[in-house]
Amino acid sequence: MFYRENGQFKTSYVADQQIFTIAQDKWFVYGLIAFAALVVPMLADEYMFRAILIPFLVLSLAALGVNLLVGYCGQITLGAGAFMAIGAYAAYNFMVRIDGMPLILAMLLGGVAAAGFGILFGIPSLRVRGLYLAVATLAAQFLCDWAFLRIGWFTNYSSSGSVSVGTLEAFGWVINSPVEKYLFCLAFVVVFAIIGKNLTRAAIGRQWMAIRDMDVAAEVIGIRPMFAKLSAFAVSSFFVGVAGALWGFVHLGSWEPAAFSVDRSFQLLFMVIIGGMGSIMGSFFGAAFIVILPIFLNQFLPFLGNLVGVSISTAGVSHAEIIIFGSLIIFFLIVEPHGLARLWSIAKQKLRLWPFPH
Amino acid sequence: MAFFIETLLGGLMSGMLYSLVALGFVLIFKASGVFNFAQGAMVLVAALAMARFSEWANAALGGDSLFLANLIGIVGAGAVMFVVAWGIERFVLRKLVNQEGATLLMVTLGIAYVLEGLGQSFFGSEIYSINVGMPKEPVIMFEGLFEGGVLINKEDFIAAALAAVLVGSLTVFFQKTAIGRALRAVADDHQAAQSVGIPLNKTWVVVWCVAGLVALVAGIIWGSKLGVQFSLVTVALRALPVVILGGLTSVPGAIVGGLIIGVGEKLSEVYIGPMVGGGIEIWFAYVMALIVLLFRPQGLFGEKIINRV
Repeated sequence: MFYRENGQFKTSYVADQQIFTIAQDKWFVYGLIAFAALVVPMLADEYMFRAILIPFLVLSLAALGVNLLVGYCGQITLGAGAFMAIGAYAAYNFMVRIDGMPLILAMLLGGVAAAGFGILFGIPSLRVRGLYLAVATLAAQFLCDWAFLRIGWFTNYSSSGSVSVGTLEAFGWVINSPVEKYLFCLAFVVVFAIIGKNLTRAAIGRQWMAIRDMDVAAEVIGIRPMFAKLSAFAVSSFFVGVAGALWGFVHLGSWEPAAFSVDRSFQLLFMVIIGGMGSIMGSFFGAAFIVILPIFLNQFLPFLGNLVGVSISTAGVSHAEIIIFGSLIIFFLIVEPHGLARLWSIAKQKLRLWPFPH
Repeated sequence: MAFFIETLLGGLMSGMLYSLVALGFVLIFKASGVFNFAQGAMVLVAALAMARFSEWANAALGGDSLFLANLIGIVGAGAVMFVVAWGIERFVLRKLVNQEGATLLMVTLGIAYVLEGLGQSFFGSEIYSINVGMPKEPVIMFEGLFEGGVLINKEDFIAAALAAVLVGSLTVFFQKTAIGRALRAVADDHQAAQSVGIPLNKTWVVVWCVAGLVALVAGIIWGSKLGVQFSLVTVALRALPVVILGGLTSVPGAIVGGLIIGVGEKLSEVYIGPMVGGGIEIWFAYVMALIVLLFRPQGLFGEKIINRV
């Protein structure tokens, strides 16, 4: 009843080309951002920030990047973890090797480095497609795992193989407490989400989608497949690289190559597919699902066990956790193969028509 | 020279073991178009079931007959793999007919999680051993040809022979039997196969069963080599470049791919590895597969991919 565009007339082309054409949508998103920036810092405690909110924000940014490539351009990748690693290590090296390097610039340069490698590992996509490509991108993953472990230069010859960053400072603002870290990540995520949304609405995003839907047909109508595919790889890797830098600098503080292992790549692809391919909103849903569910199960299962008088061993909990996690993934893919974002849009459609069924 | 041949043979043997896992991928992809990431989990479950059943049987029999205990273990593990295949078809694949490749891929990852969890909660999560009486001691061959001879593991030899027998019987199964022909028909076109009266559901159960049995063989061989433990699932990641290099749809491709990857890995590790700090075998395999893909996008033996607009 309230979610309806009756009476909202578009009188100019500018009004017609808004991101959110319906006023309610616009206010909802403004409200959400305001809530995340103003109310959440007051409500959440330190554990919430460290364990849930910061990982959620950073991984949604990474999932957003992967979604640009997988969901919008149709190139399946299993190498996203590698690009996160490249972003993190490149940003680290820019910080360490150049005196007075600003934090944000180092992170963006990390993203640029990831974009460069993204183009390099995107070259096979010009010949190879589908599942073959997915496995080909695993080459990037294993190469990076190895390089960051074995080549000392990347880790500044640290003896333990792990690298750590000092105090974080941006524009004279020292980022120390979890709240500040959270706000820092939030700012990045909001800016990149807007960029991502606009890219997919622009000419380049349309080219990606044309390539995804039928690459031969897209080529026939004059879209350059090489430019479209490689630009998708570059932009996606840039997003993922920045997310990797955030993950390393803000979330972890000090990290080893194992932080960006092949499991991370699978996790990111999960987020995209569970959340919804080809949907910016879906990346956030997917990240929320994948980040929060294991924590929830971990806390909830022993509680449930106590309730019925069975104490579950730690190993039992972790086994039950992965069984339930796997079953939920299967369940969601069966009921909605297009992801949580599709459920969201169905809900919106229903709201629009409410109280009428059709 | 002897050292080179030793490395080469070692590579061939480990390549054979990779092919065993790769075969599982190929079988399922051929018959249902699903890229089955759960193959590693299936290997783990099969090996765990085999190890524990034979252990329990051995305890029940009082340790008299290792052969009988192993037999019970194999039959038990086979039964477990049948239940797994039936469950996957009944509860997952049947509901996902006609979905995109990416969705099916993700579903098999979900299946992998469930299998890992279930397998470990039923059969325990420690390291178990499988003893099927494989000879462990190495032998020295070709002493006449080279000074000092060539050192070969007997166990590897038997494993390779087993793999060869398995591949031979699978080829006969696919080419000569009615079920095998039905499987190939389903792989070509689901609808056409259904219209000539081939039951789709039953065929899928059969092919997942066969893949389960292949996983069992792989699990027994890998398990008796390395011990049955969780890290067996990573064997799947080692076998992926094999499948890609050989072609997703080709049984001989899995074998040849396995041999190429096995030899390439070992030679690169021994001859290039020391120059760059070692540990390069895992990514070297992927890079080899990648280079082959640049020239033949469907792998060495895969069916040509035709794009229709």
